[in-house]
Amino acid sequence: MFRDYFFELADKLTARLRGDEVLLCSLTGEDSDFVRLNRNRIRQAGSVQQRVLSLDLIKGRRHAAGQLGLSGHMEQDTAQAAALMESLRAQRPHLPEDPYLHYATEARSTEQVHDHALPPSDEALDQIMRAAEGMDLVGIWANGATFAGFANSLGQRNWHSSATFNFDWSCHHAGDKAVKNGYAGSRWQLEVLLAKMEAMRAELELMQRPPKTIAPGRYRVYLAPAALREILDMLAWGGFGLKSHRTAQTPLIKMVREGRRLHPSVTLLEHGAAGFGPMFTPHGFIKPDHVVLIKDGAYGECLADPRAAKEYGVAVNSAGESPEAFDMAPGTLARSDVPAALDTGLYINNLWYCNFSDRSNCRITGMTRFACFWVENGRITAPVNVMRFDESVYHILGGRLLGLTRERELILDSGTYGQRSLQSYHLPGALVDGFTFTL
Amino acid sequence: MLDRLADDFAAVAPDVEFWSLRLVDETTEALTVRQGVLQPPFNHRSRGAMVTIIDGGGIGYAATSDLSPAGLAQAAARALAWARRSAGKGLVDVKDFPRPVHRGEYRTPVEHPWESVALGDKIAWLMDACAALKIDPRIVDWQSSLAHTRSDTLLRTSSGGSIRQTFEYLSPGLVAVANEGSQTQRRTGGGEDAACQGGLEQLARLGFPDDARRIAEEALMLLSAPECPTGTMDLLLMPSQMMLQIHESIGHPLELDRILGDERNYAGTSFVTLDMFGSYRYGSELLNVTFDPTRPEQLASYGYDDEGSRAERVHIIRNGILERPLGGATSQARAQGMAGTANARACSWNRPPIDRMANLNVEPGTSSFGDLVRSIERGVLMDTNRSWSIDDSRNKFQFGCELGRVIEDGELKRLVRNPNYRGISATFWRSLAGVGNRDTFQVLGVRNCGKGEPNQVIHVGHAAPACVFRNVEVFGGE
Repeated sequence: MFRDYFFELADKLTARLRGDEVLLCSLTGEDSDFVRLNRNRIRQAGSVQQRVLSLDLIKGRRHAAGQLGLSGHMEQDTAQAAALMESLRAQRPHLPEDPYLHYATEARSTEQVHDHALPPSDEALDQIMRAAEGMDLVGIWANGATFAGFANSLGQRNWHSSATFNFDWSCHHAGDKAVKNGYAGSRWQLEVLLAKMEAMRAELELMQRPPKTIAPGRYRVYLAPAALREILDMLAWGGFGLKSHRTAQTPLIKMVREGRRLHPSVTLLEHGAAGFGPMFTPHGFIKPDHVVLIKDGAYGECLADPRAAKEYGVAVNSAGESPEAFDMAPGTLARSDVPAALDTGLYINNLWYCNFSDRSNCRITGMTRFACFWVENGRITAPVNVMRFDESVYHILGGRLLGLTRERELILDSGTYGQRSLQSYHLPGALVDGFTFTL
Repeated sequence: MLDRLADDFAAVAPDVEFWSLRLVDETTEALTVRQGVLQPPFNHRSRGAMVTIIDGGGIGYAATSDLSPAGLAQAAARALAWARRSAGKGLVDVKDFPRPVHRGEYRTPVEHPWESVALGDKIAWLMDACAALKIDPRIVDWQSSLAHTRSDTLLRTSSGGSIRQTFEYLSPGLVAVANEGSQTQRRTGGGEDAACQGGLEQLARLGFPDDARRIAEEALMLLSAPECPTGTMDLLLMPSQMMLQIHESIGHPLELDRILGDERNYAGTSFVTLDMFGSYRYGSELLNVTFDPTRPEQLASYGYDDEGSRAERVHIIRNGILERPLGGATSQARAQGMAGTANARACSWNRPPIDRMANLNVEPGTSSFGDLVRSIERGVLMDTNRSWSIDDSRNKFQFGCELGRVIEDGELKRLVRNPNYRGISATFWRSLAGVGNRDTFQVLGVRNCGKGEPNQVIHVGHAAPACVFRNVEVFGGE
C-alpha cells in the first residue's frame, strides 16, 4: 500500500528536520495502462508507473520547494529526498522572507479511498474492438489507480486514492465527419459500452448525409453538455481565481467591476465533495464541500489558493484557483424536447479549441467539432461542416440563453497531461439564441 | 549514472526480438518575483525510464520512476506483456518500427552556465527587473521569472544503438498587466513564451531584462488605445506572432501521424493529404520553410530524435511548394517510405515518442522592415501572440495579439488594442507578399505544445522574419 510507504517516508524525513523547521510533503502518483487506438487497431500500448514527491522546507518565513520522483525503495527514496532537503536548506540563507507563506497548522487528517476492481485492460480492449467492428475507431483507453497524499511534520496525514477507467473515443465516417463518445467510471459494464457503440452507429449514418455549410451569421443553437464544457473551461481560465479577480485579469471583470450578470438560471459551483479529486491541498488545507462561483447569474465567491488567500486575507478554499469539480445547476428543459425547442438551428455536440478574442468582454472564439447537425422544424436534416464562432459569454449564458436542460451529464476529464486528470463536470445542455458564427 | 543504469539493464534485459531503453534525468530550477515578492523557488528533478519491447509480432512499452535493477526488470516484464497482448491487433507492422544502431552524442553549447551566477544574484536580477515593470499605479500585476532545465537523456537499444544527449534550456520572462476600470491589457517580453537552449548568454538576445520598461509602457498605452479596426486589409506579422502562425497552420497540419489518423480523437486531423507532397502549392513563392534542428540556440535542436534517427536540416516547403511532411521513422514507414524528418519525440520518460514539430522555421527573405511597412497602403502590424484557435483539420484559424499598430500609406501610425485576424490555412500562406530579411529574423519558440494520447506537452522552436500578408480579415474587441 503506497499510503503506508508515503507516510513512513514522511516520518523519516521529519526525523531529519533541524530545530524549528517545518516540512510539508505531498505526493501524486499513478499506475496506469494507456492504450491508443486508430482504425480500431492498437497504435501504442503500455503502462506508466510514477510517483512524484513534493517537499516544502520551511523555517520561520523562509522556505524553498522541490520535487523528485520516487522509486518505491525506502532506502533510496529517503536518501534522495534527504539530499533534496539539504539543497533546499542551502538555498534558504539566500532567500528573503515570504510574506505569503501559508500552510495548514491544524492537523486535520483524512482518508478517501475509492478502490474498485477494475476490468483487466486486455479484456476491456477485446470487448471494445469487437463492439466497434466495422467502424473506424480512434481513441485512448486509460485504466488504473491514481493517488495523492499529504503529510507534514505537524502530524497531519491525508490520503486519496481511486481506481478508474476512462475510455475516450470517436468513430469516423470520412475526413472530419465523426461522432464522439466517452465512458468512464469504476465499474465496467459491457452493456453500457454496447449501447454507446450502437448509438454511435446510428449517428454515423446521419453523418453520411451530404453536409450543410452555413453562412456566417447568428443562429439558434443547442450546446450539448460536452460543448458547454468547452465554454466553461474558458471561464475556468482565470474567471474564478482570487488572484485574477484582485488583479483585474478575470475574463468576468465586467461582473466584478460593473455588476454585469449572467442569466438568472445560471448557478455554478465548484463542488469538490461530488468530484473525484482529493479534498486536501498540497499545503494541507481541507477544501470546503462546495464554493458558489455564480449564484442566479451573479458573481459569487472566488477560489483562493493558500498564497492568494494570505495575500488578500481570505480563507483557503482551493488548491489552484481553478474549478476541479464544475457543477452547473440544471434547468427545466427536458432533453427530449430539445429538438422541438431548437426548432431550426444547430445541434452542437462538441466545441473545440476555444480561446479569448476579447478577454475584457469575455468574448470567446472556437470551432464546432465532431457530430454537429442542422435541425429544421425540430428534425435533424444534415451534418454541418465545421464553423468558427466568436461570441461573448454574456450572450451565451446571459441575454441569449433560452434554457438549460433538466438532465445533466457527468463528464470525467480524460486529460492525461503529466498524469491522469481527476477533474469532473456535471452539466446540463444549453439552448441559445443568436449565437454568432464568423467563418 | 545513465550509462551505468543502461549497462545494468542490458545485462538482465529479456531475450526478445528488440528492446530499447530511454532514460531521462531532468533537473529544473525556477525563480519568479511577483510584485516584488520572491515566490517559493522551485527545484524539480524527474528521473525515469521508458522500456519498449518488440517480440512475437507485438510491441509494448512500460515507463517507471523506479530505476533500480528490479524496477527496470519489472518495467521490461510489463512492456513484454503489452507486446504479447498487442500481437495480431496492432495498427503498425512491427517491422516498421526503427531499430537504431547509431552511437552518438549531442550537447547544448553553453557559454555562461546557469551555475556561474549565484542564487542570490539571480534573485537580485529578478527583483530589479520586477521593479522596472512597476512604472505606474495602473500596473496592477507584474512579475519577472527565470528558469533553467538540464535534461540528460540516453537511448540504448538491443540493436547496438546508444545515443547520449544533454540539453540546457533557459526560460526568462517579464509580464506587465495594466488596468483601468473594466479594461485590462497584458504585455509580455524578455523571453516570456520564447525560451531557448543555451546559457545565461542568451538573456540579452531575448530582451531580458531590458524589455521591462517598454512592455509596461505599452500595456499602459493599450488601455486607452482604440480598438483594432475591422475590415479586409494587409497584415504585418512580427516574429512573435509568426511563430504561432507557423506552429498552427504549417506545423500541425504537416505532422505525418495526424495525416495518418492517429490524432483524430484528440488533436485532430489535417487538411493535408499524402498525395499533396511534392506538388501542392502551400504558399506564395516567397514561402520557404525548414525543419532545422541544427540551430544551437533554438529550443528544439538536437542530434537525434527519440526513435534514434539522426536529425538534419531539410526543406519542408520550398518556394511555396510542399515537399515533405513532419514524420519520424515509424510514420515514414507507414506512409510507404515517404521522406520525412527526425521528429519522433517524447515529452518525458513517461510517454512514448510521437511526431512533433521540433524547430520549424520560415527562412528570411530580402525585404527590410521599412520595405515591408512601405509596401502596405492600409493594414495593421501585430505583435506577440495572446490567443490561438484553429479547427481540427488545422484550416480555419483565428489568432489574436497583444499589440497592434495601424499602417497607413506605408507608415506606422497609432497603437490599437485587441488585434485579431482570421483566415484559412489552405489559402492564407498564398497571400504572403513580403518576407523580412535577416535583420527582422528572430529565433523563438513555444513551450506548451499539446498533443497525443496519453497527452504530451512539449517545447518546439520557431524562427521567422517579419512577414506581410495581403487582404486578411482583421478586427478588434468589444
